[in-house]
Amino acid sequence: MQVEHVSTGHPLADSVARFAWLIPALPLLGFALNGMLSLKAAGHPGPADPSAGGHGHDGTTGGTGDTGGHDAHDDHAHAAGRHPSAGLVSIIGPVVLALSFGVAVAVFLAMRSVGDAMHAPYILTLFEWMPTGKLSIDVAFQIDQLSMVMMLIITGIGFLIHVFSVGYMQDDPGYPRYFAYLNLFVFFMLLLVMGSSYPLMFVGWEGVGLCSYLLIGFWFSDKANADAGKKAFIVNRIGDFGFLVAMFLMFANFGSLSFAGVNVAAAEVAFGGALITAICLFLFLGATGKSAQIPLFIWLPDAMAGPTPVSALIHAATMVTAGVYLIARSAVLFSMAPVAGLTVAVIGALTAVLAATIGLKQWDIKKVLAYSTVSQLGYMFVGVGVGAYTAGVFHLMTHAFFKALLFLGSGSVIYAMHRAYHATHNHADAQDMRNMGGLKKYMPVTFMLMWAATLAIAGIPPFSGFFSKDEILASVFVRAGHSTLADASLLGIPGNVILMGVYVLGLAAALMTAVYMTRMMLYTFHGPNRTGEKEQGHLKEAPWVMTGPLVILAILSVVGGFVNLPAIIGGTMSEGLHHWLEPVVGEGTLRVLGGEEAHLSHSTEYALIGTAVAIAVLGIIIAMTRLKPEALVPAKDSPAEKGIEKTLLNKWYVDELYEKTVVDPTLSVSRTVLWKGMDTGIIDGLLVNGSAILMRAVGWAGSQLQSGRVGTYAWVLLLGVLSVLSAFSFR
Amino acid sequence: MLAESLALSALLFTIGVVGVLTRRNAIIIFMCVELMLNAVNLSFVALSKVYGATGQVFVVFVMTVAAAEAAVGLAIIIAIFRHRQSVNLEDINLLKG
Repeated sequence: MQVEHVSTGHPLADSVARFAWLIPALPLLGFALNGMLSLKAAGHPGPADPSAGGHGHDGTTGGTGDTGGHDAHDDHAHAAGRHPSAGLVSIIGPVVLALSFGVAVAVFLAMRSVGDAMHAPYILTLFEWMPTGKLSIDVAFQIDQLSMVMMLIITGIGFLIHVFSVGYMQDDPGYPRYFAYLNLFVFFMLLLVMGSSYPLMFVGWEGVGLCSYLLIGFWFSDKANADAGKKAFIVNRIGDFGFLVAMFLMFANFGSLSFAGVNVAAAEVAFGGALITAICLFLFLGATGKSAQIPLFIWLPDAMAGPTPVSALIHAATMVTAGVYLIARSAVLFSMAPVAGLTVAVIGALTAVLAATIGLKQWDIKKVLAYSTVSQLGYMFVGVGVGAYTAGVFHLMTHAFFKALLFLGSGSVIYAMHRAYHATHNHADAQDMRNMGGLKKYMPVTFMLMWAATLAIAGIPPFSGFFSKDEILASVFVRAGHSTLADASLLGIPGNVILMGVYVLGLAAALMTAVYMTRMMLYTFHGPNRTGEKEQGHLKEAPWVMTGPLVILAILSVVGGFVNLPAIIGGTMSEGLHHWLEPVVGEGTLRVLGGEEAHLSHSTEYALIGTAVAIAVLGIIIAMTRLKPEALVPAKDSPAEKGIEKTLLNKWYVDELYEKTVVDPTLSVSRTVLWKGMDTGIIDGLLVNGSAILMRAVGWAGSQLQSGRVGTYAWVLLLGVLSVLSAFSFR
Repeated sequence: MLAESLALSALLFTIGVVGVLTRRNAIIIFMCVELMLNAVNLSFVALSKVYGATGQVFVVFVMTVAAAEAAVGLAIIIAIFRHRQSVNLEDINLLKG
């Protein structure tokens, strides 16, 4: 169990990696400082929502701290919104992230210089956390190639999003609270990826769930936002149950919970046995909750109730990819359980298609991106499910780039729309694409950057999304031909058939991705403007503090794919990420492939690439030719949808289905059995009041003995004496 | 002689007990209690012929206590009579649960 301590004498031991604890510690410091500033000026809880469109206007009642005497109208909330500590917070928030990113880069460079000498992960043990009997868990950070990639993504993109938030949230009365939560989130996310054991990862896992809840419900005075936060929290708890059960199983059977210990022990158990399959499926249940997969994906679209930078950081780039990280981290386990791997791939593919269909018909710009995120997460699960852990993590990375860019771009659009509506006291929805249109004239920078991200996510070469998506699809294709997955079967269907189905679903999802992203761009930026006559004068580009991060993300979205070029294109610089992650996931990948490296003939590989590109181009052409932004009318004049369009707009009625099958029965059981029956009936009635009634009855019976009649007492006394005497006599 | 004495003592004691259990007048009951005490005194004196003088010493103690008890008990009965114009125990039952 003490495998951790092999790290003494590690090549990184004397390097800057000793200070890796600073990476999570700095955001924690930022949280403490910003939290104090927030508390210092308590009484500013109010939301002045620049993004939530229709909701924003009624969400301003909380600005009472300053606006006191005024009728809490939007104007006053905005005028009084700038928080007194905002200047200091604007420095602390992003700077701690910048420093954290700096440390992460330094550690990364140290790892690069060590190079191939680093076989085992570097474990930085801080202190003993739970020394209890057979179980001993340290607070220790695992610095290896996989956690390094995640650290760079989290701190790097986190920093950009913090900077963006400085502009986006500038007038919000809860400004320090926002940055406190955001810093805390980064801390927990880093704990999640750096922890060297499942329990420590679980602490981060729960912590990011908490921050997600806090930030979704950031404008909590609007009930819809608070409800969305609760929904996210509760749905995630269902997944966490799976994570916990998986940990119990691991401890009971492996006697260890550290990654190193589990990986050693897992290689000993029966390949594809019930135990390892159960552990993997329970871990995957946890992943479906956090990463919004079928059946637990319903919380993510609702999570868009939070501020848009939060959607970008938590609900697109980092937290929701924790499930993918979990599976990549448990690569050894999943490679031992082909049935679990197939399940992951199938669920991922189904989620990718289902979410993409819903994305086709959403009008809210953030909802489109939310379903796109669910769909892309499905892609990542296809990757890690089929044992292409590098491909999954690669897509995780490129997705973090282009989806963060898309969300921040949409935030920039919503910001402009909200400003315009705000200036003219219009209460229309600032997030509805039917109210946008033709924005390229007003926001040329955002327009161009978002097109770059759209091409990336659609999979047009040489943008980053193309390479990662292509690698996932190619990996599925390879494994359908020859792998342990293809030899296994799920529900009686042979694995190679399932994998071919997953490949087709992946292509279908890619097609729809291209369609709905192009649709979003067309409706938002092209065609005539539908915002309104008066409002047009107020539409303008966001300030540089918001567009700056967009530019950096756009560069990353364009070139991000070059870290892992396919071998037939890249030549000497190909498969960089693949080699980088080899020490962590290589063993698992090799086992899935049945012991030999995957090789496709060049012609097959070119055919796969050609198919992927053709699908993406086809999707864009379909959207360009079939959709007419000119024909759209503003939201309030639009006719109601009918037929399949209505079904898609209403998300296949999945929420309603869950409402009927899960929520309502739960509520009625809670109400009738648990509340009325158990709580009111048994606990209150029988136990609490029942014991009182019993005691009263006993007391009454006792009091009847004291009749006050001396004669009776005398008789009782006599009887007592006689009975004592007889007891002694007949002993 | 001993047997007759003890028989008389038992008879007196039984009369006292029956009186206490059946009568309602506080004075009569009081007298029955005294009768029981004296029945015990009689058996003490009778048994002292067999077991030595200790029984006779006890008799003196019992009589002392009986005298004190008579003083206190009669005073209580008089106080009750003054208060309620009755010494019937059926009427005196305020101390009940």
